[in-house]
Amino acid sequence: MSTKLLLKHDHISNLNLIEVYKQQGGYSSAEKAIKTLSAEAIVEEVKKSGLRGRGGAGFPTGMKWSFLAKPAGVPRYLVCNADESEPGTFKDRYLMERNPHLLIEGMICSSFALGANTSYIYIRGEYFYIVPILEKAIEEARASGLLGKNILGTDYNLEIYVQVGAGAYICGEETALLESLEGKRGNPRMKPPFPAVAGLWGCPTVVNNVETIASVVSIIENGGDEYAKLGVGKSTGTKLISASGHINKPGVYEVELGKVSVEEFVTSDEYCGGVWKGRKLKAVVAGGSSVPILPTALIYYTSDGKPRMISYESLGEGGFFTGTMLGSGGFIVMDETVNIAENLYTFNRFYHHESCGQCSPCREGTGWMEKITHSIINGHGKRSDIDLLLDLQSKIDGKTICPLGEAAAWPVASAIRHFRADFEKLIG
Amino acid sequence: MEVKFNETALKTANQIISRYPEGKQKSALIPLLHLAQAEFDGWLSVGVMDYVASLLVIQPIEVYEVASFYSMFNLKPVGKCLIEVCHTSSCWLRGAEDLIKHLEDKLKIKAGETTADGKFTLKRVECLGSCGTAPLMQVGAQYYENLNIDKVDAIIETLDKSGKRPTYFDKVDLESHK
Ligand SMILES: Cc1cc2nc3c(=O)[nH]c(=O)nc-3n(C[C@H](O)[C@H](O)[C@H](O)COP(=O)(O)O)c2cc1C
Ligand code: SF4
Ligand code: FES
Repeated sequence: MSTKLLLKHDHISNLNLIEVYKQQGGYSSAEKAIKTLSAEAIVEEVKKSGLRGRGGAGFPTGMKWSFLAKPAGVPRYLVCNADESEPGTFKDRYLMERNPHLLIEGMICSSFALGANTSYIYIRGEYFYIVPILEKAIEEARASGLLGKNILGTDYNLEIYVQVGAGAYICGEETALLESLEGKRGNPRMKPPFPAVAGLWGCPTVVNNVETIASVVSIIENGGDEYAKLGVGKSTGTKLISASGHINKPGVYEVELGKVSVEEFVTSDEYCGGVWKGRKLKAVVAGGSSVPILPTALIYYTSDGKPRMISYESLGEGGFFTGTMLGSGGFIVMDETVNIAENLYTFNRFYHHESCGQCSPCREGTGWMEKITHSIINGHGKRSDIDLLLDLQSKIDGKTICPLGEAAAWPVASAIRHFRADFEKLIG
Repeated sequence: MEVKFNETALKTANQIISRYPEGKQKSALIPLLHLAQAEFDGWLSVGVMDYVASLLVIQPIEVYEVASFYSMFNLKPVGKCLIEVCHTSSCWLRGAEDLIKHLEDKLKIKAGETTADGKFTLKRVECLGSCGTAPLMQVGAQYYENLNIDKVDAIIETLDKSGKRPTYFDKVDLESHK
């Protein structure tokens, strides 16, 4: 059993009620933070913890917080990214639905550390039913003196609001999210300036993922050093993995980073419970649709024969040629019956649909990749189409305003690199 | 017909607007469009969008460009029940296409169309963040997960009998997610 922090109390019923949450020690971190720690001390603890952003990019959270500009007289904002739209990812939903107070407590601790008096949770529109769950948790926290004016008798004030989106993957990208929160189309902004300097309504803003913010609670509870003892190397702490596809036990699992091998994760009854229907594993997309797909041999072992572990470094080993990324932890499993070109089509269609259209390489390129893959899987492809796809993806990669371009390109490059035969089979 | 929120909706709208700092009321646009869509038959006519613009004191074009960007806003009338089925990878791997085909046959329409009696619209959508309980569909706020043909038939029958238009504001049965 690996250590659990975020899902430690997952088996307890009615955890969404503040009394039950408090019985498990809930809100002691918020109290400790506000009553006994300074904002700077919390940022220090988060730095020491080695926590890295759980939204996909893995940027060190403490460092991000220390970049926040603090001009006098200008409000600062914390915005929680609950847009969760990366195919294969459903951990934030799981956490918010079952343990909303953990997020609210994390928001209180983080807002205090950043000096924010108003914070927003931006949640994807499809998760509408979670809005009342979060709002109830907010009201309960307010009734306990944990939100509003003079929190716990101090001079700290905080309001948290829940903001819904309306169906747009791109609004998970932090600057598109801020545009959307300002009531606009979700077009990513050019950086710099970064949100830490000019974010929501031009004010200094930190955007963090739900899981990142929830992780802050145990960092305050036990200290950054304790948190950093979990995990391996620069992959500290625990990570939620959303497991889906051809497995016996799809679901959300918490793993201590670097301690569970991919093979154990797929085969063990504690996690995925093996490939379904007694079939063999063909491929895994380990970190959400945007990361390179790998065949069984390379997802279980690195190219120099080491068992691949679930961590930022181990999954990344081998770079783009033989490795992949931890990403958002969206772990999609495919059995031996899957033609990888057919699966790729669903990704190509997705990125084309979700491109905001600002950059021509992304807008046009995703459309062409969808069309060409569609013709291949319907038996109208030519051999030269495979190289055309490779050429198209290379013309998007690195040439766009936001990383959606790369996210659309990498699945194509990796599917062809590792599964060219699947494309050729359909072309004949 | 004059477009106007009823008293309750107007109160909700004003509450939403009050969440933002002075002069930043445009931030209420997406929440208000959701409210308007739920109040006015599940879609956003030009009249409805103009009304929302007037509430926020912004130009109508600022509303049109936002409404047309986000996939949950319907700019044309839809059936009483909008059935949204995910067709992205994890759902595709677990039979989303069979589910869509079954719904098309049962409702005698293609995805993207509305039944002749105006009761159902079938829509393909991208990943709903429920990949572990694939295949699935969303109707209003409710996710219907781990679907098979029998379950779908029963759900359609219940929706057919209910006179109500599902909306994203509906209370959902959380037990069904367990
Ligand atoms: C196209 C795209 C989609 C993204 N979607 C999400 C998302 O749904 N949730 C999320 O937390 N981060 C998402 N991100 C990453 C955010 O831009 C940002 O890095 C993150 O919210 C920062 O929080 P973290 O450091 O806590 O991970 C996305 C990025 C891109 C480029
Ligand atoms: S890369 Fe694509 S999604 Fe990102 S800004 Fe450009 S067009 Fe929009
Ligand atoms: S792929 Fe269908 S819900 Fe994620």
